[in-house]
Amino acid sequence: MLRLKCPYCGQMVDETELTPGGEAHLKRATQNSSDDELLDYLFNRRNPKGVHFERWRHTFGCGKWFVVARCTVTHEVFGVYKAQTLKPPKSVVDAIANRRGHETQESQ
Amino acid sequence: MSTRLVEGGRCIDRRQVVKFQFNGKQMSGFAGDSLASALLANDQHLIGRSFKYHRPRGLVASGPEEPNGLVTVGEGPSIEPNRQATMIELYEGLTASSQNHFPSLEWDVGAVADLASRFLPAGFYYKSFMRPRRAWEFLFEPMIRRAAGLGRLPRHQDESIYEHFYVHIDLLVVGGGVAGLTVAKAAADAGARVLIVEQMPHWGGRTSVDSGMIDGIDAAEWVNQLIDELASHQQVSMLNRTTAFGVYDHSYVLALERVEDHAPISGALRQRMWRMRPKCMVIATGAIERPLCFQDNDRPGVMLASGIRDYLKNFAISTGDRTVVALNNDDGYKTAMALAKAGLEVPVILDSRRPNDGDLTQQVRDLGIKIEFGRTVSSVNQSKGRIRSVRICSQVGEGATLHEVDCESLAVSGGWSPSAHLWSQGSGKLIWDEALSAFRPDLKRPPLQDDGSHNWAFTAGAASGCLPLDQTLDDACDVARAVFKRLALSGKIVRPEVEREKAEPPASTCLSPSGIKKKARAKAWVDFQNDVKVSDLDLALQEGYMSSEHAKRYTTLGMATDQGKLSNVNGLMIMAESRGVEMSEVSPTTFRPPYTPVTLGAIAGDARGSLFKPYRKTNIDEWHDKNGAYWERVGADWRRPFCYLKDGEKVREAVDREALRVRQTVGIFDSSSLGKIWVSGPDAGRFLDMLYTGVMSTLPIGRCRYGLMCNENGFLIDDGVVARIDETSFLCHTTTGGSDYIHGWMEDWLQCEWWNWKVYTANLTEQFAQIVVAGPEARKLLGKLNISDIDAASLPFMSWADRQVGAFKTRIFRVSFSGELSFEIALPADQGAELWRQIYAAGQEFDIEPYGTEALHVLRAEKGFVMIGEETDGTVTPQDLGLDWAVSKKKNDFLGKRGQKRPCLTHSDRWKFVGLETVEARAKLPVGALALGVGLDSHGFSKSIGRVTSSYHSPILNRTIALGLVENGPQRRGDILQFSTEAGPVNARIVSPVFYDPEGTQLNA
Repeated sequence: MLRLKCPYCGQMVDETELTPGGEAHLKRATQNSSDDELLDYLFNRRNPKGVHFERWRHTFGCGKWFVVARCTVTHEVFGVYKAQTLKPPKSVVDAIANRRGHETQESQ
Repeated sequence: MSTRLVEGGRCIDRRQVVKFQFNGKQMSGFAGDSLASALLANDQHLIGRSFKYHRPRGLVASGPEEPNGLVTVGEGPSIEPNRQATMIELYEGLTASSQNHFPSLEWDVGAVADLASRFLPAGFYYKSFMRPRRAWEFLFEPMIRRAAGLGRLPRHQDESIYEHFYVHIDLLVVGGGVAGLTVAKAAADAGARVLIVEQMPHWGGRTSVDSGMIDGIDAAEWVNQLIDELASHQQVSMLNRTTAFGVYDHSYVLALERVEDHAPISGALRQRMWRMRPKCMVIATGAIERPLCFQDNDRPGVMLASGIRDYLKNFAISTGDRTVVALNNDDGYKTAMALAKAGLEVPVILDSRRPNDGDLTQQVRDLGIKIEFGRTVSSVNQSKGRIRSVRICSQVGEGATLHEVDCESLAVSGGWSPSAHLWSQGSGKLIWDEALSAFRPDLKRPPLQDDGSHNWAFTAGAASGCLPLDQTLDDACDVARAVFKRLALSGKIVRPEVEREKAEPPASTCLSPSGIKKKARAKAWVDFQNDVKVSDLDLALQEGYMSSEHAKRYTTLGMATDQGKLSNVNGLMIMAESRGVEMSEVSPTTFRPPYTPVTLGAIAGDARGSLFKPYRKTNIDEWHDKNGAYWERVGADWRRPFCYLKDGEKVREAVDREALRVRQTVGIFDSSSLGKIWVSGPDAGRFLDMLYTGVMSTLPIGRCRYGLMCNENGFLIDDGVVARIDETSFLCHTTTGGSDYIHGWMEDWLQCEWWNWKVYTANLTEQFAQIVVAGPEARKLLGKLNISDIDAASLPFMSWADRQVGAFKTRIFRVSFSGELSFEIALPADQGAELWRQIYAAGQEFDIEPYGTEALHVLRAEKGFVMIGEETDGTVTPQDLGLDWAVSKKKNDFLGKRGQKRPCLTHSDRWKFVGLETVEARAKLPVGALALGVGLDSHGFSKSIGRVTSSYHSPILNRTIALGLVENGPQRRGDILQFSTEAGPVNARIVSPVFYDPEGTQLNA
């Protein structure tokens, strides 16, 4: 059972308090999108072996959506941030670069 | 013969005789016995039949690694199958029976499988019984299920009591042997909060059994002193009979405490599940001995050397007067010495290694025990289920018998594997250690914490691969230092004084002899529990299953309760040898929780029965219950009356009566569970225009509008009436099941897509009670309660108004899901029951009846109103349901608009909404029945062109009615379709979905 920090509450919370929301930073298709673009938006998701940006909602808590940068292999969490952004904040990007750079073993 | 010796047995109390039953036979043992030791004391060697070949099997080990000793405990309906005899403590009145035999343990007809074993190799099930296809379901599968499998399911619900317990600690120590206790003591003295769990009833692990000296005193005594200190330590909690069985994501650990399995008391707590995220964990779980693979190595009487030693020293059990010891490592020597010291005969020790002169070798020689180096066992002679002698051969050869030695018992030791299951479950990796001849935890690839730190879990002692006592204690001190660092502790770590041992390296083969021939391979077991033989692994390789994970699944090696404890490493060694690769190139299979079997009841804990998913109840629930409510669970966990049963009435009769009453006079309905979401703010209208397919921003204050919500695929997900409360506020009604989901859905879009829009939402579902008064007399009835201005002009259809009803401030919505004149009265939830009673009392003169959800469904179906979850299943669009009128053509965008333009959704073959009338008025179409088309589809089945989505008996029309989706349905009105049902074909005519009052006269009254 994962344990994640809600960036709104500042609390470490068990996965049972949260609802997963899949890949973060999707770009919504517009009315002018082609069928292929639409299908990509609706159905195609990244499934990385490594760092993934994923949405979680603190459903049984403050009710807020946030994003987690998590390694899908080791469950290592590099950072959490509020959902109101189009891309991961620099602090999280740096944390990933720093930690993965210094890792003695590559878990992938 | 196995017997109880007259002296010894450190765990038993000879003054306390305990009576028990095995397979209906009365037996007795002593307090402190395990069921396994008590059975051996009663010379019960044979304990079960094997899984697949029904071979007679006896005990092999003394702990949780025991593969054969699975028994069913209890009698009658409340039995528990598959419990390990080695882990059951004896108590007065214990009833146990063996498994997997018919008709009896001694005479089993299934044993014919053994004779036919040549025809039942690995993968047999996958390859055989393929044809004819139908025979699998009706003949082969039931037959195999009867013949194979472990135990039988209990017939009754488990009445035992279980609970979960959360604990917050700095350090979890798993295993109460010397390594674990040493770390625990150091950390606790330095101020850490420590929990120590030990799976067995006794502390001290192997050291207490094997004796030796620590700090100048007997090791067992040293352990006892340490236990006493820890037991009174402020910082320490100790749990014996507790197995940490699983390590999960982000350092989540589960442990099962068997509170009273050793002395069951009816009505008392049976087991407790401990849940924790320790800041630090020390896995001091010891090591597990491996068997050797030779012909007929599964015969009762062949046991692990450590098992024989445990039974002897803990329970004073002799497994036979003469025990031959066959080993490839030092440890088995201790068994030989223990036997000799107890006065039992060890005719010979077969050490498959080259001659060596380790400390133990010398000690054994001093006791006058003969050692043959470079020799091993090729097979055992047995008769009447007993070993009579062993055949001895050269380890490096093919198994030619050099001589035979008479004996009753054979102790084998194929080396020791660190018990690193928890390490592996936490995604720590294992590495092959050539000197140890075992997989041990790879310290460079440990389990990770959520922050990526890698120094939270450690193995200590034998679990690290440090087997001799001096190495175990060295390792424990190293780990204690690491724990101090992790927990920022300071203090002294004292290494207990022990003598240095001179150990000889183990050999790294389990095959006995190395050149074991084909015929013997087919009778040499690798996994006793799953009946996997050396030849099965050969076959897996021959068929291309090179990876250990593949071979495991193909052969079932290391599955079930074994989880690789005994069989894994031997299996991998055999495969590596056959493939000609080094063990360092082989990756072990991943260990998975649980380490030992866990009862389902313990996993559920308190969450069972009415506590599993508690009902949500409306304020009026008590009234319903007292007035004959026939309950159903409806979406989002509400309980709602399906109907109200009167004396002797059947459900169907009650539903008809209620539905008819609404059409004829008036009915009252509790719709409090309906979702109510408040949406407010300057951008609320704009937001709802995106959420609903229709336009909500233009809705005048005081008016209501029916709306549909779709997902981005374009499919319907919810519907309901939206009321505009003021310039910036809307109240959105959702389905009962959708209230939480839709609120979350709104928040998702507001927080993650349009976060700069000024909108606020609140889920008010539970804040308001809502009472529906529906029927031709509804207005007249409400008039009795002195409500003003509810006439058609003041409160027209699809409008709302705040109205005083007696003492209650209410909000009345003129909406209708029944097709009748209808008022939905909302008021603060806690006042719901009182207003309900007043309306009900006032309604007596109109013959008012409460109606349940089923009558509601009948009424809405008569009007052709769709129901989310009946007409929709996640693949249905508003256009499919003929609701185009509720989908805006003008809006540039709304959720699902682009999705609905997909070619697959605009296709002319879509199944569309129709009414269905059976040609014979009494015939009923079952929901889900398919309409048959002409010809076959691409799978060769009859083509389907539609399905039934709702089906009811309509009391007002006195016939059955149904709704459905049919290909081009609306254009084919009048056509007769044939539906396939279990009772045979039923013909129905396509009609308008509005069966009753198509002009809406009643509704608009």
